[in-house]
Order: sequence, then structure tokens, then C-alpha cells
Amino acid sequence: MNGLVGKTRCRLHRVTPSRLLLVAGLFVLLVSWSLVGCAGTGQQTGTEEGAAQAIENKGSDTLVNLALAWAETYMDQHPDVRISVTGGGSGTGIAALINGTVDLANASRQMKLEEVEAAEANGTTPIEFVVARDAIAVVVHPSNPVETLTFQQIADIYTGRITNWEEVGGDDRPIVLLSRESNSGTYVYFLENVVREGQGDDQALFSPGTLLMPSSEGISAEVTENPNAIGYDGLGYVTPEQKVVAVSDDPEGPFVLPSVATVNDGSYPIARPLFMYTAGEPKGLIATYLDWIRGDGQRLVPELGFVPLE
Amino acid sequence: MADEKVLTNGQTRRAEFVIEAIVRVLGFSAIGFVTLIFLFLLREGVPAFLEIAPGNLLGSRWYPTFGLFGMLPLILGSLLVTVTAIIIALPLGVATAVFVREVAPNWARGVLKPMIEVLAGIPSVVLGFFGMTLVAPLIRQRLGTPTGLTAFTGAVILAYMSLPTIISVAEDALDAVPKSYRDGARAMGATEWQTIWRVVVPAARSGVVTAVMLGLGRAIGETMAVMLVTGNAARMPLTLDSLFRPARTMTATVAAEMGEVAQGSVHYHVLFGIGLILFILTFAINLTAAVAIFQKRRRGGLR
Repeated sequence: MNGLVGKTRCRLHRVTPSRLLLVAGLFVLLVSWSLVGCAGTGQQTGTEEGAAQAIENKGSDTLVNLALAWAETYMDQHPDVRISVTGGGSGTGIAALINGTVDLANASRQMKLEEVEAAEANGTTPIEFVVARDAIAVVVHPSNPVETLTFQQIADIYTGRITNWEEVGGDDRPIVLLSRESNSGTYVYFLENVVREGQGDDQALFSPGTLLMPSSEGISAEVTENPNAIGYDGLGYVTPEQKVVAVSDDPEGPFVLPSVATVNDGSYPIARPLFMYTAGEPKGLIATYLDWIRGDGQRLVPELGFVPLE
Repeated sequence: MADEKVLTNGQTRRAEFVIEAIVRVLGFSAIGFVTLIFLFLLREGVPAFLEIAPGNLLGSRWYPTFGLFGMLPLILGSLLVTVTAIIIALPLGVATAVFVREVAPNWARGVLKPMIEVLAGIPSVVLGFFGMTLVAPLIRQRLGTPTGLTAFTGAVILAYMSLPTIISVAEDALDAVPKSYRDGARAMGATEWQTIWRVVVPAARSGVVTAVMLGLGRAIGETMAVMLVTGNAARMPLTLDSLFRPARTMTATVAAEMGEVAQGSVHYHVLFGIGLILFILTFAINLTAAVAIFQKRRRGGLR
């Protein structure tokens, strides 16, 4: 933008009328478009009955691919139903549910107390549904000789006490810590259930040198490329170019690799539930859709790398 | 064209009036928007500075989910990345401008100028992706850093992004140097190189300063590319090797955390507070640039 400032300064005297008319035209277009947009949404909320066949679904990036698969399959079976799914993060979805702009919020963490309070202040009581489960895999570069890590070791690595792979049985290389952004439900779960658990300290924090990646793709790109890296992410996002480490919450073992089987029999220690929230008890289409997700819809879950409900 | 001839004098004047009115309204609305944005930033951002203890705000730990709001690593991270970017981009940009303006033959100028403008149009996320997949591995392998996602990688990408700005503005400044200066220098027996380096570039000095300021403004506000390549680790860049370690900028912090924050919470206000700091920084930078332009005008484009 600043580039334009510099350039237009010299040319302004030559092209003023036409350029300004163009800008004016664009501006008028933009304003009229946004007005129409507002009118459109106003209409939608106005006719509550007519919108009964549409579901707005938003939230967790961990869940977004699964939610999309559910929506597509359900819409194939019920052509009169429209379900729109968007990501943005657990907090985004919950905020939208509180503000009443979505019917279903996806979350990879439970609602925080302050969020429940905000919803109640807005006159709704959020209802929680567990829709699937997810294992969080600890991943390293394929050339890394480290096969197993205990919670204690993972905690020491992520809090910055261990900074070289040699200390956990690897090569003499510095450790590069990768994490999701602090807004991610995956991040909160990993911090509370692995790092603090392993450290035995419920105030422990990630080392300041931890690289916070804006997306799962960022983590897989760096882990695939950099032999120094260690990362963690939902099992559904682990690609074959990454090496999954077997973990144990007990220093003696047994060390377990994440899979549908090990999550279901409870032997893999880093598994968490994934949630959908509704504003108040679900009724009508939303209730039907949630029942379907928790019933028939579960057969889609393993296809996307998640673990179905038992 | 044919229509224009049919218009009477009165119609032309009326059309003129309407156009002028539209232009005036648009011009004033731009000022209005900026003022409103600033007021909004103040309303949302100032509570952060009242709610959080100054000791916490000036701390060295940014950990907003657990109430640690030390902004220093973010501010220093932004400065480190931006200043390094300008140090890289300035000589390249000025040299390119001199080449395009003074040395290149006419046909080459005709090719180069549009190309440079195309450079300005590359979306920053594309550059960020390019930096993440190509530049970062290269930096890790060649420089032996633990990871390629470093402040330096961000600076290289930012330098590339601010180059078009610096080149165009610097070129305009060179363009404004009167022909008589060049003629005078040549008449005194200066070579072409001496004319450029001793006469033309110094005469355009204030324009070059403007170019740098505008490039700086562009670089400090850039978000997407920086978020993808700097690694976003909020560590204090105080050691000598900090340039080749990850850093977290203010813009990337706001972009990464705003989507998830509970509205009206302390964290929310702090993010707006960061926006406020950024706004003031860019405003100061652009003001400096504007002052430089003003001085140049007053002196007839010369010093």
C-alpha cells in the first residue's frame, strides 16, 4: 500500500480523473454490495422456520475435515438439508455459538468456564456432545534414530531442560521444538496432559524457544524437512514422511504407538475427546444430525485418522 | 468521443461539479475512516494498559493463555526482522533504481519497470510459502542453524517484499534531479559513474530517505509471510546469534491469536494494544517519510 503512495504521488497529475472515478466506482460497488449482504443475512435470521433445513457448523481446525466429511455424506443422503462447515479454531466456533451465528460449534477442547458464563449471559446454555476421539502423535524426522520417549523426557524437551537429541538416545543435534499456536485445542491438551504431567509441575510452560506454527501443515513441513525437529499433532494430520515416536507415561514402559486400536483399548496415553456444542438442547434437524453423527456417522471417523466412539 | 462534443457548456459544468463533489466526499471519508479506526483501536486497546501491571507488560515472557503478557520479545522481534530487512533491501533497492533510471538503455527500462511493479503484486502468502519450503531449508543447510525458520529468513522475505516500494520511490527521486545537474557534472569532465554517485544520488538523498521509510512501513506491517517463516517463538533476541534463531513479530502474534481469543477478555485487549503500538509505529514512520517529501518539495526536489 505504501508502494502505491509513492508511485501515485508523481503520476497523479496525469491520471487523476479516471483513476479517482475508478476508485469511486469501486467504493460505491463495495458499499452497495455490503448493504445487500447485510440485508441478505437479516432476512435469513428473520425467517427462522425457513432456515430450519440449514445448519451452520464452525470451529476447531482439528475437526474441520471430519465435520466436512459428515456434512457431505449427510447432505448426499438428505438432499433437502444444507450444512455449511468452516474452521477457524475451537475458540472461534465457540464465540460464534455464543453470539448465535452458528448452530453447532466444533471444539477440540472443553468450553472454558468464562465461555459458558458468556453464553449464559447471552441467554443460552451450551450443551456438550462427544463426537469422536483423537490421538496426539509425537513426530520427528524420519532419519532420527529415537524410537521411544517417556512423558518425563517429552516434558524435559518441551520445557527446555533437554536441548540435544544425544540426551534421549539420538544423534548429537540441537532439538528444535515445534508446537501449534497457543489458540489451538491440541496445544492446550498437550501442555496440560503431557508436559505438566511429565514434569510433575502444574505451572510448567513451554520453553520460550518453541516455534509456534500457525497450522498443522507448518508442523508437518518442518518435521519432514528438518532432522532436528520434534513436533506433535493430531493423528489425522500425520503423513508417511514423518516418523511417529512410541510414548509411555511410565518411565518403565510399555511404549505404545498411536492407532485406532491402541486408543480404543486405552493403552495409548495421549488421546482426547472431540466435541460439538449446541446452544440449548438440540431440536429438530440439529438433533437428528447429531444423532446420526454419533451413530451411523461414526463409520467415517477412522477414514480421517480419528478414533470412533465405542 | 462523439457524445462529449454534443455536451453544452452548462452540462459539462454540472458534470464537473458532480465529479468534484464525489471526489471531495471520498477524500474526506478517507480521513474519517482513519480517525474511526484509531478511535476503535484506542477503545479496545487502552484497557490492556490499565488492566495489566506495567511489570508484566514489560516482561520478557509472552504467554497470554497463562496471563504472561510481556510484549518486549514481540516488539524487539518486529524491530530485529524489520531493520535487518531494510539493511538488506536498501543497497539492492537504490542500486536497482540507479540502474533503471541512469544506466539501463531505454528498452531495458521498458521491461524492468513493469516487472518491478509485478513484484509488488505477488501475494505475501505466496512469498511466505516460498520462504517456508525453499528459503528456510537453504538457510538451515548453508548457515548450519538448528532450524531454517529464523528472524533472518523473515528479513530476507521482507526485504524482497519492500524492494518494489524502495525502487519505485527512489527512482522517482532520481527522476526529479534536473538535467542541468547531470549536464554540469559532465561538462566538468566527470565520468558517468562519478556523475551518478557524486551528483545525482546525493541530490536525490531526501527521496531515498522517503523510499526507505515507506519500505520500512511496508515491512513492519507485513504479517502473513513473516508468520510462515520466522518460527514465531517469543524469545528475547538479546544474544548475538538471535538473528539466526526464531523470532515472533507483533503482527504475527495478532494474526495468530485474534481468531481464538474470547471477546472482551484481557488477552483480547492486549492484542488490540499491540495493534495500537503498531499503528503508532507505522504512523511515525510514514510521518517521517511525509516530512522528507515536504522538505524535498520546498527545495524544488533538491538538497
